Amino acid sequence: MSETVIHAENLTKRFGDFVAANALTLEVYKGEIFGFLGANGAGKTTAMRMFCGLSIPTSGKATIAGYDVYRQTELIKKNIGYMSQKFSLYEDLTVLENIRFFGGIYGLSNAQLKSKSDELITQLGLQHEAKKLVSGLPLGWKQKLSFSVAVLHQPKIVFLDEPTGGVDPVTRRQFWDLIYDAADKGVTIFVTTHYMDEAEYCNRISIMVDGKIEALDSPGNLKKHFQVDSMHEVFYQLARGAKRGE
Amino acid sequence: MKQLLVFIKKEFAHVLRDRKTLLILFGMPVVQILIFGFALTNEVKNSKILIVDNAKDIVSQRLITQLEASRYFEIEKAAWNHDQIEEGFKAGTIKLAIVFPANFQNELLHQNSVQVQILADASDPNNATTLINYASSVIQDYQSQVNQTATVPYRIIPEMRMLYNPQLKGAHNFVPGVMALVLMLVCVMMTAVSIVKEKETGTMEILLVSPFKPILVILAKAVPYLLLSLINVVSILLLSVFLLDLPIHGSILLLFAESTLFIITCLTLGIFISVKTDSQQTAMLISLMGMLLPTILFSGFMFPIENMPLPLQIISNIVPSKWFYIIVKSIMIKGLGIAAIWKETLILVGITSFLLVISLKSFKIRLS
Repeated sequence: MSETVIHAENLTKRFGDFVAANALTLEVYKGEIFGFLGANGAGKTTAMRMFCGLSIPTSGKATIAGYDVYRQTELIKKNIGYMSQKFSLYEDLTVLENIRFFGGIYGLSNAQLKSKSDELITQLGLQHEAKKLVSGLPLGWKQKLSFSVAVLHQPKIVFLDEPTGGVDPVTRRQFWDLIYDAADKGVTIFVTTHYMDEAEYCNRISIMVDGKIEALDSPGNLKKHFQVDSMHEVFYQLARGAKRGE
Repeated sequence: MKQLLVFIKKEFAHVLRDRKTLLILFGMPVVQILIFGFALTNEVKNSKILIVDNAKDIVSQRLITQLEASRYFEIEKAAWNHDQIEEGFKAGTIKLAIVFPANFQNELLHQNSVQVQILADASDPNNATTLINYASSVIQDYQSQVNQTATVPYRIIPEMRMLYNPQLKGAHNFVPGVMALVLMLVCVMMTAVSIVKEKETGTMEILLVSPFKPILVILAKAVPYLLLSLINVVSILLLSVFLLDLPIHGSILLLFAESTLFIITCLTLGIFISVKTDSQQTAMLISLMGMLLPTILFSGFMFPIENMPLPLQIISNIVPSKWFYIIVKSIMIKGLGIAAIWKETLILVGITSFLLVISLKSFKIRLS
């Protein structure tokens, strides 16, 4: 068993009477690709916001990269990367400027920025586009760039919120190659998705229904447990009991 | 600190890369000054005036000659009766009338004091004030010339009448108004839009997840607009001094200090709007309707506040541009110092701190 990077125990978030996240308990290990599944409105975003230090839990315990979600949010933020479902680089800045800006706000030194951005641009094969505005790039490349920027400061964990929405299957596959690369280097990947084929790529997954985690295991074990052939079926069996919707 | 600089640099890149915004940013003050300025100056030069000289003595003739010499006036014709004055005003052929009483010279020499009547068409209050001021300064010039050689000082008292608008409600000058307007527009709208844009495109989320402090996000957003707005202040002042011959009577330093204060007020307003809204359109609409309109209506720049019903007069007090307009007018036109405007300054500081506290508070609430 390797090092635990996300540890949550009975983590709960209430908004008035509404329990958005109900007693979440889970552990995620270093270098793992953890899929965080759930229908819309199941409470994934709320949970993720608590893990990222954006939202203070109502009750329960959690540590992210060893730091407490109540008291050490600043340290958490330094040690995680985040990529949202919306494409979120600056369209009116060039590829290079975006890399330098995001590296810069994470406090990388000029020398680090230079070597990192060169490395990244070569890795993505964007040498010709480095000085062009991001707005001109195809969506797939933007997503890849987005991910690379999220791991630029070598975080321990990177949170991906539906990173491949609206991307074609080939580009999605390429995107997952980047994810595997990062995981091989010891970065923990915490990813939400609605694509069940992507769920299969994860080491372990959890499925949230109405604010609770209803299942947590490897895709293989889950399929065995529910006696079905695909993750799709697993998800469907669990999620159709949901009372909450969008 | 370095992170902040990286961020400010990025903000400048956003602004400078957007040609259209840049054009609006720097073109707007110039265009507004030109529009307001030339509408005003063209009319004041060579205004036709009517002179009714009932005295026809040496003193009145000399005064008329001096009036004729002024480039502001063009003596239409010397009329002999009062009816012609009224006709002239009604037809719009004259802007000002000056009436010398009979025995002008005698009264002046024997009583040392004489009245001369100046009538103006005050339906255009700006023009009327300017013309009356010009005319009375010509008369005063003459008076001091005479007094140099006189043992007992002579006084020629201009008796002014504003026809058609006796209370003379209206703006003295538009430059302070344009300044308030431009700064409002640039600071409030641009800041609000640029922060909301980050929310809309999702980059705000990334910034919030980063260790970069939210308060620094706001600071980094405000700095470029503060600098750009100061450039606008400079360009407005340059235009008004060199193009419109409107000198700055008071301290330039004080003027800049007050402008910076007002810019900060506007920036906090912009931040406040951005915290409360989620789309660029809403932010823009609120800035335009909620900020620009009150500036035009309630600053006293276009419509005299004293003429408004009491509730509106009370409302005008919460409009920051009103106070800034008073401050700029006092410094630029009346040449007053801080002693005369400390109250207005304090009010602006109060409004700014209030807005700052509220917007920072609501910014934090959004985070938890």
